[in-house]
Amino acid sequence: MSTTTAAAPVRTQSAPAPKHPPGHEPVHNYLLEPGPSPDVRGLARVWPTVKAWVTTVDHKRIGVMYLFAVSFFFAVAGIAALLVRAELMNPGSDFLTADEYNRMFTLHGVMMVFLFIVPSIPGSLGNFVLPIMLGVKDVAFPKLNLASFYVFIAGASIAVYAILSGGIDTGWTFYTPYSDETNTAVLPMTMAVFVAGFASILTGINFIVTIHKMRAPGLTWNRLPLFIWALYAVSIVQVLATPVVGITMILLAMERLLNIGIFDPALGGDPVLFQHFFWFYSHPAVYIMILPAFGVISELMGTFSRQKVFGYRAIALSSVAIAMLGFLVWGHHMFVSGQSPLSSIVFSLITFLIGVPSGIKVLNWVWTMYRGSVWLTTPMLYALSFLFLFTIGGLTGIMVGTLAVDVHLHDTYFVVAHFHYVMMGGTVMAMIGGLFYWWPKMFGRMMSETWGRISAGVVFFGFNMTFFTQFILGSQGMPRRYFTYLPEYHDLHQVSTIGSWFLGLGLLLVLGNMIWSLFKGKPAPGNPWGAATLEWTHATSPPDHHNFHRTPLVTHGPYDYGVLFSGDGYSGDGAGGDGSGGDGSRGPAPIPNPELGAPQEMEKSIDLGLAQPKPSRD
Amino acid sequence: MAVRPTTITVDDPHAGHAGGHHGDGAGRPPHLKHYFVSSEQQFDAAKLGMWLFLVTEILLFGGMFVAYGIYRSMYPELFSEASTQLDTVMGALNTIVLLGSSLTVAWSIRAIQMNNKKLCFWLLVTTIVLAGMFMVVKYFEYTHKFELGILPGQNMVYAEGTTFTLPGLGDGNIASGVGNADGADPGGAEANNAGAHAAEGTSLHDLAEAGVSTRADLHAEGAEHGYVPGEHGLTNQRAGLFFSIYYVMTGIHGLHVLIGMVAIGILAVKTWRGKYSDAWYTPVENVGLYWHVVDVIWIFLFPLMYLI
Repeated sequence: MSTTTAAAPVRTQSAPAPKHPPGHEPVHNYLLEPGPSPDVRGLARVWPTVKAWVTTVDHKRIGVMYLFAVSFFFAVAGIAALLVRAELMNPGSDFLTADEYNRMFTLHGVMMVFLFIVPSIPGSLGNFVLPIMLGVKDVAFPKLNLASFYVFIAGASIAVYAILSGGIDTGWTFYTPYSDETNTAVLPMTMAVFVAGFASILTGINFIVTIHKMRAPGLTWNRLPLFIWALYAVSIVQVLATPVVGITMILLAMERLLNIGIFDPALGGDPVLFQHFFWFYSHPAVYIMILPAFGVISELMGTFSRQKVFGYRAIALSSVAIAMLGFLVWGHHMFVSGQSPLSSIVFSLITFLIGVPSGIKVLNWVWTMYRGSVWLTTPMLYALSFLFLFTIGGLTGIMVGTLAVDVHLHDTYFVVAHFHYVMMGGTVMAMIGGLFYWWPKMFGRMMSETWGRISAGVVFFGFNMTFFTQFILGSQGMPRRYFTYLPEYHDLHQVSTIGSWFLGLGLLLVLGNMIWSLFKGKPAPGNPWGAATLEWTHATSPPDHHNFHRTPLVTHGPYDYGVLFSGDGYSGDGAGGDGSGGDGSRGPAPIPNPELGAPQEMEKSIDLGLAQPKPSRD
Repeated sequence: MAVRPTTITVDDPHAGHAGGHHGDGAGRPPHLKHYFVSSEQQFDAAKLGMWLFLVTEILLFGGMFVAYGIYRSMYPELFSEASTQLDTVMGALNTIVLLGSSLTVAWSIRAIQMNNKKLCFWLLVTTIVLAGMFMVVKYFEYTHKFELGILPGQNMVYAEGTTFTLPGLGDGNIASGVGNADGADPGGAEANNAGAHAAEGTSLHDLAEAGVSTRADLHAEGAEHGYVPGEHGLTNQRAGLFFSIYYVMTGIHGLHVLIGMVAIGILAVKTWRGKYSDAWYTPVENVGLYWHVVDVIWIFLFPLMYLI
């Protein structure tokens, strides 16, 4: 932990924490209300509680339901991945046949992509945090928000049906003409993707409208937290890209159903057109997966470095730039599919350009830590893991985006390792970090720091053991999706499989920590991390049903941590400006005691709703 | 300690707590949701949301228009020939009907803005009637084609080297399905093309050109089998591709018309009950926007399918 002289950690109270820190007792609590009244006891509470939850339009409850749903699919798809890895322990068939192996990795891919990563951060953390960060009571269309959750569940149910009726063996990309010919359950699975896509669109529309139209007074675009900027960029991609995969899936389904020839070369169609359509969605979709993670990391880097996020505007606009450029690079998945060399060169060039905004972000995060008080909590450890792993994933992305190199590496484990470094090392690390960060706000309980840090170490170690070996395997020529392999790859496959067990163990520790905290965790104060965005400064933990009792007036940027601790923080030195305001010359803000929260000025702004509203005079 | 206020009250803070009846704060109009500050904000939000949804609709159809464009450029003769099977008069009639319905729906928005609820109701009903007319014409167009045997997929064999025929007119080999393609292939065309395919990757243009070059032969072959070119209009062995796209695009467009009819029906009922007024007509406006997009898509479909 590095601190500068100006920033001795402030721990004003050392008395054992009461049940709730004084001044932070949540009076209203979205987890409990609306619900049955307290005099309803025992089992009689179950049905009213369930009914209140499944019919809720409260974005916080919808976020929590999304969190449970995506965690479930993450677990199922993760178990599939462990089975795939275990089968690859030795060449040949151990306990899966080649056919079962194909279905298993497809199950892993489809579930992870369409049922976990795409809805993960926007659906759970985004839904929960976005309206509170904007200082509003709910998203613009709460019913649509609930509808999006149920549409997602409907899509997921169809996917489960597809799996139960035999699964599919096409890989998550559904490439034609194989997906036209295989006898597996392609039809229900494509419909599942189509339906789940609708959920993505509805969430995207909701977020864009909420951000545009409903920000609290004083919350200008330049004061928006970077998580909001990221979700805004994501929503644009969701709205513009998802319909295309929708129509692609419809065309594929019709082709199988009616025997028409749009993608099937035997019927006059063009299978490469399917690849164009598919990647026109699915490449932007990888930014749907990673951009929210960028947003989470920006929040974590600022809060746990205790100073302003460096290059606020650059990070904000680079999110939008990635969203836009992301639409122009889909052809880099098709370098060896027979597209013209000219388009390959252009796609390769634009792929390099994507590296610029990504690099801007990474360098700015590193700069944010520079001369800050880096506070190594669990969320920060996950954020640092992200930084390390995403950088590897991003740089290898440039490698496979290079035309000549890709011809060698195409469809090898190198590509598998690359996108796992981005998707798992990026998005999943950020999501876990974000969960540790927002967990006290979501559930009003602190997670165990000790076990959190241990889990961060185990996950980081297991992840690298699993996937770094795959870079080596891929560069040596191990093709992806193969059921068996030559003897020279045996050792590295074994290392990778054992690494996957460490990874699974680390994730189990995270899950255990979460469950433990719900029952045994210490009550969380309103602002345990001393953060400066509205969900921490103006809402109780857990928040009230309507988030705020008074609409907040935003008077400072999202990363002006100093103003929370200084008595007269609203004057001078750029505070009161935007996210990039302030010169930072005062050094980083003090570190609060997470069990007591940031105890200074800001606690006054958390309105517990105890005061009766004054009758209106005018 | 001079601290500026960090909260202001711009709304009734406890509006949402009264027994779950949202938006029943004093002085708030009944349509104003509790999480909006003002009617203007709610209207703007709803309208922006609708526009975003319409963008997704355009992109959904955009995929199909791209497919149309690609196959049209690949097989220009096929498209010009197969499109003669479509009834231009019916298509033109439908275009006029749909344009008329767009007028009435726009007029109904104007009517409700002027607080003329009765006129708004009858204009919405007219819109539904016109939309129904559109679907009836579509029904006759579809059934006519079904009678001719032009069905999506099932009864068309259009693999390379096979003549498109109508059931009962062609030889027995070409009943249905992909699997029959090889059997129906009389000679070396398939093998030649397969060879070209293997040699040149996925160059479908080559396939198309090969198909075009043998079209004269296929003409003759079709005539031998008792197939009279021109009578049923189709000599191109891949005519099914055009009709696949035709059925998919007009089918999904028709589905949108049906959804629009339901939505306008709900609007009409609510207008009859006096739910909307010049103070609040957001749903009328938004459904109107949707209906215009359905109309605009047809405006593109009609010339692309029927005229050129």
